[in-house]
Amino acid sequence: MNNLIKGEKHDWEMVIGLEIHAQVKSNSKLFSSSSTKFGSSPNSQVSLVDAAMPGMLPVINKYCVEQAVKTGVGLNAKINNYSVFDRKNYFYADLPQGYQISQYKFPIVGEGKVTIDFKDGTSKDIRIVRLHLEQDAGKSLHDQNPSKTYVDLNRSGVALMEIVSEPDIRTPDEAGMYISKIRSILMYLNTCDGNMQEGSLRADVNISVRKPGDEYGTRCEIKNLNSIKFIKQAINYEAKRQIEILETGGSIEQNTMLFNTSTGKTRPMRNKEEAHDYRYFPDPDLLPLEISKEEIAKIKSSIPELPDELKNKFIETYKLSNYDASVLTAEKQTSDYFNETINSDPELKNHAKIVVNWITSELFSLLNKNNQDLNNSPVSPENLGQLIKLISTNEISGKIAKDVLEEMFSSGKTARQIVDEKGLQQVTDQVEIAKVIDEVIAENPKMVEQYLAGKDKLLGFFVGQAMKLTKGKANPKMLNDILKQKLNKKN
Amino acid sequence: MKIDKNTINKIARLSRIKLDDKESEDYIKDLNSILDWVEQLNEVNTENVEPLSNISSSILPKREDVSNDTNSSEEILENAPDKLEGFFAVPKVVE
Repeated sequence: MNNLIKGEKHDWEMVIGLEIHAQVKSNSKLFSSSSTKFGSSPNSQVSLVDAAMPGMLPVINKYCVEQAVKTGVGLNAKINNYSVFDRKNYFYADLPQGYQISQYKFPIVGEGKVTIDFKDGTSKDIRIVRLHLEQDAGKSLHDQNPSKTYVDLNRSGVALMEIVSEPDIRTPDEAGMYISKIRSILMYLNTCDGNMQEGSLRADVNISVRKPGDEYGTRCEIKNLNSIKFIKQAINYEAKRQIEILETGGSIEQNTMLFNTSTGKTRPMRNKEEAHDYRYFPDPDLLPLEISKEEIAKIKSSIPELPDELKNKFIETYKLSNYDASVLTAEKQTSDYFNETINSDPELKNHAKIVVNWITSELFSLLNKNNQDLNNSPVSPENLGQLIKLISTNEISGKIAKDVLEEMFSSGKTARQIVDEKGLQQVTDQVEIAKVIDEVIAENPKMVEQYLAGKDKLLGFFVGQAMKLTKGKANPKMLNDILKQKLNKKN
Repeated sequence: MKIDKNTINKIARLSRIKLDDKESEDYIKDLNSILDWVEQLNEVNTENVEPLSNISSSILPKREDVSNDTNSSEEILENAPDKLEGFFAVPKVVE
């Protein structure tokens, strides 16, 4: 695979690292009992702690700590028995405390790794530097009034897990696959809802370019991207911008950038004053966070099967390809659906590949077309299983099965009902098929002549005619076999 | 370590505190005497000693993940100099 960008004098390589902010799926905030519900009226979920009223003290949410540990285990990372909360100091209108409580020198989770799988069957490890717990800030609305900024503190104090990767990523696609994989792990663990639109999962991207083999170049950080599409766009634009500067003899200035989603361009943040002088120090309001080995072991034992384990299980049990298995396990709802379908009938275990295809191509395209989600699919796993069984036992043809699925989708009926009502059973009676073929041959003497003279392509014509007479119900393999036999006998 | 005019200006700016020349001079003096005093700690050998984050030996108290379902809007906005439709309204921050 070529990961390089063509330059004027030499090729360029991108070096990319991601900082992902994942909102912990909890009822209340990290240090206060305010609700975390999304979309409530402004400032309705703000406690005196979140508003930084004088004298208020933070008390940590036990559940959020457990979710961070759980996520750390899911990222194959080292869990630290001892971690410390620090204050990261800066002034902004949506940060009432004047500092964010975060973790600096001693994060709750240390080094780990995740694996991404490519379509060609290869895979790559992306190393994780750390995961730490921190507070989210409030939300500022700049575009409502020409002279004012409006501030909503509902999000202020909500627990975030910041997951920092090593600069192991080399292409925009890899960046997309990496964040999809993290999202998938979070959703299997149920520690974050993964909703990028609502901002539950967002990323800062660090990117630099270099001549392959050289030292890392100077990097820029693009802040706060909330979709995989924007992440890829921003990386592409920023890499091009940096290469242009370098190729015209300039040098890159380390900068924090913003991405404009409507123009697709990045630009430096205007406010560079005192850039990054956060003056971290341990928060005197909070004792160090200590987690015992027993607590960690208890959390570990509660962890469900993760996408990679499940993927390997699918490959082993059902002899699926690495890629098929990774598509099935990318989202928990898909692997759940597959499991339920394949377990709905013992016969189906021998037709795993067919089950995969019917879910990931036929059913998915119907869901897409109707703007629906697998979670509320009108076709239940049991019903899809029944349909696939009808195919595997030759009761209906694959082609007719597609129509049946569409009708199952719109009417909610079962495959059996539809097949019986419409008499769609495949014709597998040799005599009956032979009769139809005789008819077709008798009606088209010229075509038969041409076929026998060597025009092999006409076989398709005969198949088509016979199918038409049987309303598509003839078993295609039997039809083909008998047709060839009969035609060749004429020779 | 010595605090000079530049350092005091930087600290003042980071803290959003405006100092006149007289005040800067006073703070330089005060902060330097505090630093001199703290600097005595340098006499202690701290090699191989982890930084101390807290002097208390008690354990971090934790709470259960229960949310209170009260609407805080009115109370929280009560002292706001300017507000609109439930939002704090502040001078425009453009970024």
